[in-house]
Amino acid sequence: MSADSNSSSQETPNPAVDGSELIRFDKVTKRFGSNTVLDNLDFSVNSGKHVTLIGPSGSGKTTILRLLMTLMKPDGGTIKVNGEYLTHEVKDGKLVPAGEKHIREIRKNIGMVFQQFNLFPNMKVLRNITEAPISVLGLSKDEAEERARELLDMVGLGDRADAYPTQLSGGQQQRVAIARALAMRPQVLLLDEVTSALDPELVAGVLDVLRDIARSTDITMLCVTHEMNFARDISDQVLMFDSGRIIESGSPDKIFSEPEHDRTREFLNAVL
Amino acid sequence: MMSAKFFENWFLPGVWLTVQITVLSALFAFVVSFVIGVLRTSRWRIVRILSGAYFEIFRSTSALVFMFWIAFTVPMLLHIKFAPMFSGILALGITYGAYGSEIVRGALAAVPAAQREAGIALNFTPMQRLRRIELPQAWPEMLPPFNNLLIELLKGTSLVSLIAVADMTFAGNLKRLVSGDSAPIYTLLLVLYFVFAFILTRVMRLLERRAKARVGQRPAQSGLRALFGGVREKSAIDPITSAGGAK
Amino acid sequence: MNWDWSHVDDFMPHFWDGLRVTLEALLFGSLIAFSLGLVWAVAQRSGPKWIAWPVTAITEFIRSTPLLVQLFFLFYVVPSWGLSMSPLTTGIVALGLHYSTYTSEVYRAGIGGVPVGQWEAATALSLSRRRTWTAVILPQAVRRVVPVLGNYVIVMLKESPQLMAIGVLDMLGQGQDFSQTTFTYEAISVVGIAFIVIAYPASLLLRALERRLVR
Repeated sequence: MSADSNSSSQETPNPAVDGSELIRFDKVTKRFGSNTVLDNLDFSVNSGKHVTLIGPSGSGKTTILRLLMTLMKPDGGTIKVNGEYLTHEVKDGKLVPAGEKHIREIRKNIGMVFQQFNLFPNMKVLRNITEAPISVLGLSKDEAEERARELLDMVGLGDRADAYPTQLSGGQQQRVAIARALAMRPQVLLLDEVTSALDPELVAGVLDVLRDIARSTDITMLCVTHEMNFARDISDQVLMFDSGRIIESGSPDKIFSEPEHDRTREFLNAVL
Repeated sequence: MMSAKFFENWFLPGVWLTVQITVLSALFAFVVSFVIGVLRTSRWRIVRILSGAYFEIFRSTSALVFMFWIAFTVPMLLHIKFAPMFSGILALGITYGAYGSEIVRGALAAVPAAQREAGIALNFTPMQRLRRIELPQAWPEMLPPFNNLLIELLKGTSLVSLIAVADMTFAGNLKRLVSGDSAPIYTLLLVLYFVFAFILTRVMRLLERRAKARVGQRPAQSGLRALFGGVREKSAIDPITSAGGAK
Repeated sequence: MNWDWSHVDDFMPHFWDGLRVTLEALLFGSLIAFSLGLVWAVAQRSGPKWIAWPVTAITEFIRSTPLLVQLFFLFYVVPSWGLSMSPLTTGIVALGLHYSTYTSEVYRAGIGGVPVGQWEAATALSLSRRRTWTAVILPQAVRRVVPVLGNYVIVMLKESPQLMAIGVLDMLGQGQDFSQTTFTYEAISVVGIAFIVIAYPASLLLRALERRLVR
């Protein structure tokens, strides 16, 4: 457990060099009422890695993704992305809650795909993907559309650019959501149980797309899933969660084949 | 029943004035609805309190008393003069805008939180989220209650006849005073208001169908009930009677 | 700009008279609206077609046209048919009739809001038609209906100043009368504030009631 947040000197932000530390949680605590979901959690993810979080539901996996996406704020501790505080700012040598501008600057490195897709029903597929690159990144319409069409081809939906989200199947919607997140060129992609809301026969298509991305890009992935085979396939590292703590971590081979912890064994027996 | 002279000099201009006042005060109320309604969802407490106070005060205000106050008291207090029609539009816009703000606030609150979260994940600014995600999705939900409010506003325009604006109700009263024959003119007035309300409803339903198509929803059924079902819409949001406030 | 409190003092006796008339109109208007609305609702729900249709058409018409013109109609046209009423009585009838078309919708929604399963359960238990209504349906409908009816009383309060147009000396009638005879302007402000002072706490009260009843 390092306590480097006490130093008042400016941190030197690490550029996204492969293998350097991209995400760091430092003593992060999150409570919902009297229920402590994350308890003084420390962990880090290095750039380019594919990390999967597993564990029983309610163990705090999704909370980690939502904290990183700033959909909720930690009750204690700090989160750093690329060596810079995510929800805090250093002002006059003191750590204070960050303003909207600072958060947006750091947040642009992060993308997320949701369990329920969360496509914008008022926009066609193409505009779902181009809207943020145009209005947030300042891309021209032509650039954004070119990028969007490439991504749609990649997820196998090149012909559905002009459909509304409600006209697509769940699997198709989720593939559009993946394209939408990638269009922002994030350094890290958060995947929150992206296949849980899908009919069983649609799961494979989405996982294939993700495998493809994991193999062909150097994007960092942080993934919450119940698809253990998928986790084994793409992960460099698996973190086993229980009651807001990481009780075990290691390579997928180690975790799935020879888990050390009883709870891990119980959990894997239940889901495999 | 109606002399050509009365018809030309009072009745037709009165009808035209009713149309004008309805349109102008509706536009004014519409702007107030959106400004106050959006402010009531603000992140800043003080903004929510002030805009909430606007809603509470004018929702508790009687439109007619307020209209009298603007038309008679304010000019005497401040030694200014403005046209009676202006007082009427001001009073209607301010009070109906307060009701409308509840429609806007309610519809914004009904947009799923997941949509806001998707907007955060794509790093939109709060303003971009409002304009590109939340308002476009809330808009179709606003139209049915806005239709109901518009009918109430149309009815409310008749109040301007009491501050000496020569709208069609005013013309009706004039006719009674002059000829003493009141049955035909008041019947005609009632029918005219009903026809106007019917036309407004048709227009609003058209807008609603368009808006729903634009967010990829199927349009509402347009069966027998829609044709004869009159001029009220079923909606979850009823600003006239809803308790409003913090939910 | 010179506000004169002595004018307010002079107006207050008239104000209290006006308040009494306003509340009287509101009380009897509400009673008519509540009971007549129930008649419309039942006629539309379980009456034969030849009753339900005209009732729907008439209530729709009344609801879509201004109370003010209806007041004039009742006050100037109806007496020529041989039915004369005082201004206040006319006002009460107009207010009650107008808002009965709103309360009927409230009743319909309240009854319609009771889940179908409740009717089926009552049938399965062989409850009589009367017991079904009094023991199962109405108690559940009331919870939804009462707060909304209460809100319509507030709406009627705010619309009641229109009665001054046919010579009723309600709060606004008194205020306008006083202003015009004394050439002062404080009275309308007093009346305006009075409406807020009555309506706002009333709506707070109803919100509390709604929270208790609707769960």
